[in-house]
This record gives sequence, structure tokens and C-alpha cells, in this order.
Amino acid sequence: MRYTHHLPFLLACLAALLLLPLVLQATGSSYLISTATRLVVFAIAAVSLDLLIGYTGLVSFGHAAFLGVGAYTVGILSFHAYEDTTLIGLPGTLSGLVAIPLALALSALAALVVGALSLRTRGVYFIMITLSFGQMLFFLFVSLEQYGGDDGMMMFEGRNTLPLLDLNDRVSFYYFCLAWFVLFFWFCTWLVRSKFGRTLAAIKQNQDRLSSIGINAYWAKLQVFVIAGVGAGLAGALSANHTEFVSPALTHWTRSGDLMIVVILGGMGTLVGPVLGTFLFLLLEEFLPLILRGLGLGLLSEHWRFVFGPILILVVLYAKTGLYGLIFPRRD
Amino acid sequence: MSQLFLEQLLNGVQLGMFLFLVSAGLTLVFGFMNIINLAHGSLFMIGAYAMALIGGATGSFLLALILSLPVVACAAWVIEVVIIRRLHARDHLDQVLATFALILFINEGTTMLFGRVPLFMDVPESLSGTVTLPGGVTYPLYRVAIIGAGLAVALALWLIIARTRVGMQIRAGTTNRETVEQLGVNIDRLNTLIFVVGAMFAGLAGALAGPLTSVEVGMGENLLILCFVCVVIGGIGSIRGAMLGAITVGVVDTMGRAFVPDILGRFLDPAAASGISAGLSSMSIYLLMVVVLVFRPTGLFPVARSV
Repeated sequence: MRYTHHLPFLLACLAALLLLPLVLQATGSSYLISTATRLVVFAIAAVSLDLLIGYTGLVSFGHAAFLGVGAYTVGILSFHAYEDTTLIGLPGTLSGLVAIPLALALSALAALVVGALSLRTRGVYFIMITLSFGQMLFFLFVSLEQYGGDDGMMMFEGRNTLPLLDLNDRVSFYYFCLAWFVLFFWFCTWLVRSKFGRTLAAIKQNQDRLSSIGINAYWAKLQVFVIAGVGAGLAGALSANHTEFVSPALTHWTRSGDLMIVVILGGMGTLVGPVLGTFLFLLLEEFLPLILRGLGLGLLSEHWRFVFGPILILVVLYAKTGLYGLIFPRRD
Repeated sequence: MSQLFLEQLLNGVQLGMFLFLVSAGLTLVFGFMNIINLAHGSLFMIGAYAMALIGGATGSFLLALILSLPVVACAAWVIEVVIIRRLHARDHLDQVLATFALILFINEGTTMLFGRVPLFMDVPESLSGTVTLPGGVTYPLYRVAIIGAGLAVALALWLIIARTRVGMQIRAGTTNRETVEQLGVNIDRLNTLIFVVGAMFAGLAGALAGPLTSVEVGMGENLLILCFVCVVIGGIGSIRGAMLGAITVGVVDTMGRAFVPDILGRFLDPAAASGISAGLSSMSIYLLMVVVLVFRPTGLFPVARSV
């Protein structure tokens, strides 16, 4: 699939995302900057999952676990900074220069362990095992009584600190997340077009054939699994900073399901699709209740998932190319 | 100590029976239809709700048990005809998403109908006592009945699959679907049958679980994920594997929760031990699964498959 034909589209999107805070401030709806930040943060996680589902054919159902690893790294460091205590002899910190790289490193480590074990299996076993690993980390976080257990914990010291940039200012924080998003998106675009990207495409088509020409499919899958885990960890670290709150809910298996939905809704194997999917998902979450109330279906507005479920089933059954396919219909 | 040990062992076996009833349907549907059905836990929940509501209305445990099974069967039939049937030719990703969406729909619908407050029901009068088992352990009669029911279902299922014509078709279809279809077996009818019967097992488990737990939205999914572990340990498609996996998971999970805090308490200071053991015991079954998969990536009883 060639990317050049929607370069103008990508540039227009980028321009829109760059101008968004200015427009929102000018129109007096700057509260929506927080929603926009959420969009950018979760788009990173969705794009990272697309590397697995869309490009390599690995249906990982535990992706939210790495969100949790990233978020808890930031949260725990902030907790010890606030309490002025140490963890295994090391002090906590609020410095983003320490917390965010550490969050990425730990999510890479977690993805390496989970990937090394679950990639021994294939197909439906892989789905179930990633789901189980997700649950395992979920229960691990629930059992961390010191860090709030089931309820999670607030980051009382606020967001991470960086030299020159005040992350507690919502506009600067939005641009900070946007910068990470653009960087990660650009990296993934480069990755899927590289030689490694072609290896992934070959794994998706036929793994055995690849092995028989001497390429180690397991190793390639492990690499992409770790890269995707780091992407989710990044989103988790940013999300913890955004809400100044971490809880096991971030790693619940339904969260992994939501991420998969976003990828499919937008169109998998396209990188742009998951971003559109995140946009649509957040839009539906915000506005489907309002639309339903407008239609006089007050009861359904609180239970919007009752309507969303069937919509999703229809998309899965009849509109496989997602939103991306609607915008860029294929001309064969 | 040994008294407590035996009691916890029985609790583990009893949890294993629930897990088996749900896993059996899951593994049959996967083995024969090649479909991964996340909404299988919802059928467990439907069984529990039907039981609690009918039981609450009629006051009769037996009547509620008998009536809740057809309710689950009808729900399963509708799900099979409307959605599952369309997922045969699709890949696992589509199946996961469509059935995940189905969970959203069923859970939200149940919340709309019955609210978020859990329903409770009592153990029936006739089963509310305790029995004294050999060895002097007293154990609730209701839990003994559940173990009995689980074993009876397992036996019946084994007889059907190993000794009847339908069972032969199911075994053959699990190995090679196309050939069986070529030989004139009505696969569509068999699909529906397997799906509905599997659902009824899950519904039965839900109905029996009613008096032991709170009946609430989401109860099915928690159990379902445990069942995935059972099925993966046992080997997908294998009833024998599901039984072995279910008992193992049930016992390991229960024993872990009961004894890990004690054991760790001997080595660590109590505060640290309670924190770690809570995490360790809820993770124990997942650790078990990892160990099994490191040595046997397709489970303990892999089913031969020619696709």
C-alpha cells in the first residue's frame, strides 16, 4: 500500500491538530483541549496496536497492560517523591527526563517477557494468552495496596516537570503529547515501509513460508511486539500525566477491547485508520449519549453501549475497511 | 490444618466444576465450529439472572432451575442464528470483535432491565445443611451437590461424545469439517446444536452459582477469562483437557488464596507478606498457564486437526 497519495491529507490533519488549541481558545471552548489531549494520547496506543493487528496479524488482546506499566511507572515515582520515601533504595522523582524514559524502558521489558512467552503460540492461543497476561498485570496492580490497590492513586504533586516547558499548562501539555504522537506516527510509517516492515507483512501472509527461506519469524514478531509495547507504555505515561491519576482500570481487559475496536473502526493496517478510529470513538463516547437524548431516547443515552454494540457488530460484519476505507476507497 | 486443607481442596474442586461447565461449551464451540466466543460468559450470566428472577417470583429452586435452562437455550439459539453463523468464514479477529460487541450489548441491556444492584438468592431449604464426609470434615450440602452435578454432566458429555452417532460426527467434524460435510452430515444443524448445548452448560453453571455469589452484570466475563486459562492449559477442543484444566485451575486458585499468605508469612514480615500474597495468589493460575505453555505450547491434550 503506497502512502504518498494521502500526504496532503496527513499534512492537513497535522495543521488542524496544531491549530486546534488556538481555535478552541478563540471560540471559548478551551475545556475541549483536555479531550483533544486524550485523543492524541490514545491515538498513540491505537497506532501501536495496529503494528501488531494490522501489519503482523498478531491479535493481541492484552495491549492495555502496557498502558498500565507506563502509567504506574510515572505514578509510583511521583508517589515516592510526594511521600519522600524510597523504593528498593531509590528515591521517587517528578522529573519527566527520568520518569518518561524509565516508563518506556519498563514497558519494553514487560513486552519482552510477555512477548517471549506468548509468541511461542499462534492463532487463538495467542489471543487467549495475551488476554491472560493482561489480567495478570491487572491483578498485580490491584494488589499494590501501597499504591491505592483497586482504587488507584492520585498524583498529588501534579504532572512531571521538564526544563523549559510547564506541563501543568494545558496548552503546553497538549503540544507535548502531540509532539510525541507525531514522532511515534512518523517512526511507525518509516518502520512499516522498511525492510523489517516487509518481513512483518510476510509473517501476516504466511509465517511458515518465511521460516523456510531462512528468516526468523519469532525474532521479528518479538521485536514488533516490544515496539508496540513501548508505544502503549508511552501512551500510559502521558495518560497518567494528563489525568494526574493512575488506576488498574487502565489495564482492564475491556480497555484492551476498546483499543482493538478503535483499530478496526478506523481501518487496520493503515496507521492513519486507528487515529481516525480514536477520533470517532471519543466522538461517539461524548456525543452518542447526546444524540440519543435528542432523539427522545433518554434511557438509552446513559446506556449508549447498548446502541454501540450492534453498530460495532455491523461494522465487523459488513464494513471491514473501516473509516479509512470510506475516506480512501480503493481503486483497483 | 488438614481439616482446613481438605475443605479448601473441596472448594477448589467445586470452583473447578463451574469452570468445567463453562469451559466445556467454550472448547466444543471452538473445536468444532472454529469460533472463539467471548460472549460465552454472558450465557453464564443469563442463566444466573433467569434463575434468580424465576426463583424470586416462584419461590421454587427446582422450578427455577428447570425453567432457566430453556431461557438460556433460546438466547443461545438467537445469538447463533443472528451472529455466530455469520462468523464461520471469518478470522479470529472478527470473531473476537463481534462477540466483544455482543458482550457490550448484553451487559448494557441487562443493566437497563435489572439495574446495577446485584441480585441475591438463598440456597434451597432441602440443600442447605451440611454433610460429614469421611475423615470428619463437615461440608455444605449445596456445594457437594454442585460437585455431583458437574461430574454427572461430565459423564453424560463423555458418553454422548464417545458412544453416540452425534458424538462421532462431532469428533469427526473437529478433525475435518469439510469431509464430514461431504459425507452428508448437516453441519449447520450440528453447529446450532453444539452451540445451544454448550450454552446450556454455561447457563446451568450460572443458575447453580446464583446462591453462592451475587448475581450481577459482568459476572460472566470474570469467569470466562479463567475458563480461557482452563481451555488453554487443557488444549483447545478437548473435553478431557477442559476437565483437567478446570480442576487444576480451581484447586490452584483456591489453595493459592487460602495458603499463600500463611506460607509467605513464615518468611517475611506480616505487612509485606499480605501485600505480596494477595498479588501472588490472584496471579497464580496465570503463572501456571505460563509454565504449561513453555513446555506444551498447545496445551496438555492437543486435539488432532487437519486444517
